[in-house]
Amino acid sequence: MTERLNGRQDPPAASSAGGTSTGPAETPRTRKRLGPSPAVAIAFLLPAALLLGIWVVYPIVYSFVRSLFGAQNFSEFVGLGNYISIFTDPGTLTTIRNNLIWVIVAPIIVTTLGLIFAVLTERIKWATAFKLIVFMPMAVSLMAAGVIFRLVYEQSPDKGLANAVLTTVADTFSSSQGYPAARPREGDQSPVAAQDGGVVTKQPVQAGQPVLIPIVGVKPEVMPSNAQTAKTPAGEGLSGVVWFDFTQGGGGRNGAVDGAEKGLPGMTVEAVQNGQVAATATTAEDGSFRFEGLAPGSYTVRLPKSNFEASYGGLQWLGPTLITPAIIGAFVWVWAGFAMVLLAAGLAAIPRDALEAARIDGATEWQVFRRITVPLLSPVLLVVFVTMIINTLKVFDLVFIIAPASVQPQANVVALEMWRVSFGGGNNQGLGSALAIFLLVLVLPFMIMNIRRFRRGES
Amino acid sequence: MTTATAAAPSAKPSGLESGAPRRGLVSRIVDRIGSGAVQVIMILLGLFWLVPTLGLLVVSLRTNQVNSAEGWWTIFTKPAELTIQNYANLLGSGFTASFWNTVLITVPTTVLVIGIAAMAAYAFAWMDFPGRDTAFLVVVGLLIVPIQIALIPIASFYGATGIFGSIPGVVLFHVAFGLPFAIFLLRNFFVGIPASLLEAARMDGAPEWKIFVSVVFPLGKPAIASLGIFQFLWVWNDMLIALVFADTGNQPMTKYLQSQMRQFGSNTDILSSGAFMSLIIPLILFFAFQRYFVQGMMAGSVK
Repeated sequence: MTERLNGRQDPPAASSAGGTSTGPAETPRTRKRLGPSPAVAIAFLLPAALLLGIWVVYPIVYSFVRSLFGAQNFSEFVGLGNYISIFTDPGTLTTIRNNLIWVIVAPIIVTTLGLIFAVLTERIKWATAFKLIVFMPMAVSLMAAGVIFRLVYEQSPDKGLANAVLTTVADTFSSSQGYPAARPREGDQSPVAAQDGGVVTKQPVQAGQPVLIPIVGVKPEVMPSNAQTAKTPAGEGLSGVVWFDFTQGGGGRNGAVDGAEKGLPGMTVEAVQNGQVAATATTAEDGSFRFEGLAPGSYTVRLPKSNFEASYGGLQWLGPTLITPAIIGAFVWVWAGFAMVLLAAGLAAIPRDALEAARIDGATEWQVFRRITVPLLSPVLLVVFVTMIINTLKVFDLVFIIAPASVQPQANVVALEMWRVSFGGGNNQGLGSALAIFLLVLVLPFMIMNIRRFRRGES
Repeated sequence: MTTATAAAPSAKPSGLESGAPRRGLVSRIVDRIGSGAVQVIMILLGLFWLVPTLGLLVVSLRTNQVNSAEGWWTIFTKPAELTIQNYANLLGSGFTASFWNTVLITVPTTVLVIGIAAMAAYAFAWMDFPGRDTAFLVVVGLLIVPIQIALIPIASFYGATGIFGSIPGVVLFHVAFGLPFAIFLLRNFFVGIPASLLEAARMDGAPEWKIFVSVVFPLGKPAIASLGIFQFLWVWNDMLIALVFADTGNQPMTKYLQSQMRQFGSNTDILSSGAFMSLIIPLILFFAFQRYFVQGMMAGSVK
């Protein structure tokens, strides 16, 4: 069953659709003498003609007329009013802008990825398995794909795969532990004060006397699980402790390291002299730190602002800014397999000897790809590209499912707006009809293109 | 369109001048490293395409408490948390009815589209009647008409005839919008049937319906299989038509699950197991008949 994905032979439907070779070209005249009467032909066509007439052709006319009338019924003639509101209402303008982004971005990504996949699968032994995996989303409903990506894009890195990957990568490159909303112990007795979003010691400090930096306001959820009971370090060099100056249940003294108080691990600590950072250290699990190899002298010890910012939590995929790119990502996941399979079949049809001849003549793989493969593939590339443009113009399910209700205005597209306006609560069938006609006008050039291409293929 | 897919290999390799330098050592080394890199890249890409669906499967096999506490990938360290409870719960919910509605919509649609389109395709391919070529160009044009154009008119038509919200209404809408593609696909296949076969039957005086049933239909099986699988998946997976034309009692899975999206987060159990149930039959069909699926797609890639 897997031979098709190996993409070697042309399917019978596709090759006969090419139309240049057998059968239809020479048959019409000979057929005429033997064929049945037009009445029989009409009988065969009647069911299809009725269905197409009532469900497809008549609605086009109806929608056009309906679009010239107001929200409720045919009583209020508004002329082009609905069309004017499409192009003036900020809401619909957003949908048009989004559709524009879709049409510009998605087809290029899908076609490029499909081409890359098609070329690369020729170089691996498990090409059939790869094609099956990438092609599989085509069989899945866009609704299910939407649920799949809602889960991927969950905000919390503990639940959403996308942010889990991002934060893991970010954590590998930066070890800093964030303590948002934490602040120094305030008051005259406190040895430290807040400054520029960070914390500094009020008095200059020297080696030999441990620096105490009491912090309060650490939220339980940001307290690292590996934090140990705070310990004041002893010994050589400038050292100290950063700890959570708060004893659960009360009883601790302010500004002193009491029995059960926890150190704050992962804090970045700087020793500053004359405005210059002379040394940097990071606190251990018990909150202690020590500056190694620091010249003797007086320093100010500082906890820079970065300690008090939230640690990286990934991107807000389903927020108003990233929602459209996020949904385009799901679209690419669904359609890349389509592009790949079509292009792989196109690649398989390219004569091997042409490529071999070029390679023997010393062309690099890139030259072969750029000068031979791509030009020979260009008809298939165009088919894939145009199909994707049409699909992006009609995109509906993915936006509807993936965008949460609160950001749907920002993610909105024409097809969704049409449904929303006419059935999803808007109840304005005049505007809905105008949007449907607008959608039809958008695909019209491709309709004409298809007809032209078909005629050329037949003649 | 298909016309283009078949036309690819005609041009001669041009633009490549002879006398280019022989491939050097460097380029061969690059190729060697390249092939290792290609393997790695392809494995990563394969994972990228596979993992989201696996995630859905794992989420559907865990309770809401577990899912709200940790990501599905922790399953590799805690496989004991898997349970089929969510699927058991689906049985008692409105999902079961929506599953049958999906079947009741999809199967008749597929059968009707095949039958009606095959008749029309036969007429377009092998009968002469005035305006035949123009009529077929109209069909080609209708291939990409957006469904949205018919929502409002057909809703008012169904309202007037009293079939709004019913399964027959949904089926008829699907059939009509499935026809252009179906006629296009089958007609292009039927014209490839050898003329001699049909002429022999006509010489014998066989009536057209008999030729259609006993010659054209059997010969067209590969294309009909492609169309069938494609049409089945298309209707099975539709949400928009169901959203407008199926009322709550007749709603298919897609509409049922969509209505659950509003509480996303609190009902991950229903959504994930329901979504997985909705895609399991398409996936089985896809793996069993992917050859036909791909053929159908290639033959009608205008859609």
